[in-house]
Amino acid sequence: MSTDAQHNAKRMSLIVTKGTLDWAYPPFVLATTAAAMGLEVSMFFTFYGLTLLRKKLDLGISTLGNPAMEMPLMGMHMKMPNLISALPGVDAMATTMMKNLIRKKGIASIEDLRQAAVESEVKMVACQMTMDLFEFSREDLIDGPTIGGAATYIENATRCEINLFI
Amino acid sequence: MADHVLDARGLNCPLPILRAKKALKDVPPGEVLEITATDPGAVADFQAFCRTTGNELLESTATGKEFRFRIRHV
Repeated sequence: MSTDAQHNAKRMSLIVTKGTLDWAYPPFVLATTAAAMGLEVSMFFTFYGLTLLRKKLDLGISTLGNPAMEMPLMGMHMKMPNLISALPGVDAMATTMMKNLIRKKGIASIEDLRQAAVESEVKMVACQMTMDLFEFSREDLIDGPTIGGAATYIENATRCEINLFI
Repeated sequence: MADHVLDARGLNCPLPILRAKKALKDVPPGEVLEITATDPGAVADFQAFCRTTGNELLESTATGKEFRFRIRHV
C-alpha cells in the first residue's frame, strides 16, 4: 500500500456492465483517478463489461438508438438517423471517427487507462456467471483479475464508501 | 524554480492527474512539483486532488491557455 493510501484509506467499488468504447471510459477514468487520489479501488466486470478484460481489446461504438450522440464535424454537430446507423459499415466509421477524436483531444486510450489501473493496483474481479454465459475462459482475459460472483462483490461493497454501477 | 517539473500540456482528463501522481513518486517529501497543463478542468481537479491526498497546492495560475500548478509533496 502506498503512503497516500494509508493517508486516505477510503474505498471505492465499481460495477462495470458495458463494453463499448464510449462506456468503457467512465469506469476506467474514475478507477485510475481514485487510485491516484489514494483510494483503494475495486472493479467488478459483468455482462458486456467483461469484454473490457480481454487480452486484445477491439472496442467500438454504435450510433443506433443513441439520439444524444452528436459527433463534432466541421464546426457542426452530426446526429445519425437510426435508418443510416443500421447500414453496414456505419458503426465502423463512427468508431474510427471517435478514435480519431480521442487521439486528437489528448484523451487516453482505454488500453492505456486499463494498464494504468493495473499498475495502480486496482483490484479487478471477473464475473464467473458471465464467463459461463458468454463462454470466456480465464486465458481470454488479462493477467491479474480474480474470479468471483455476486457475494464477492457485495462483501467488498459493504466496506466501501463509494459504490458505483456503470 | 521548482525542484521537479511535469509537462502535461495537450493531455485531457484524467491524464494530468495520473501523470502528476506518477511524478510525485519521485518527488521527496517537502519538495515541489511544477505542472504545466492546457486542460481547463485541471484547475478544479488539482484542488480536489490536493485536498484529498493532503499534498499542498502552492500555486494555481493561468497564462493565456496554459495553467501552472505547483504542488508540495507532503
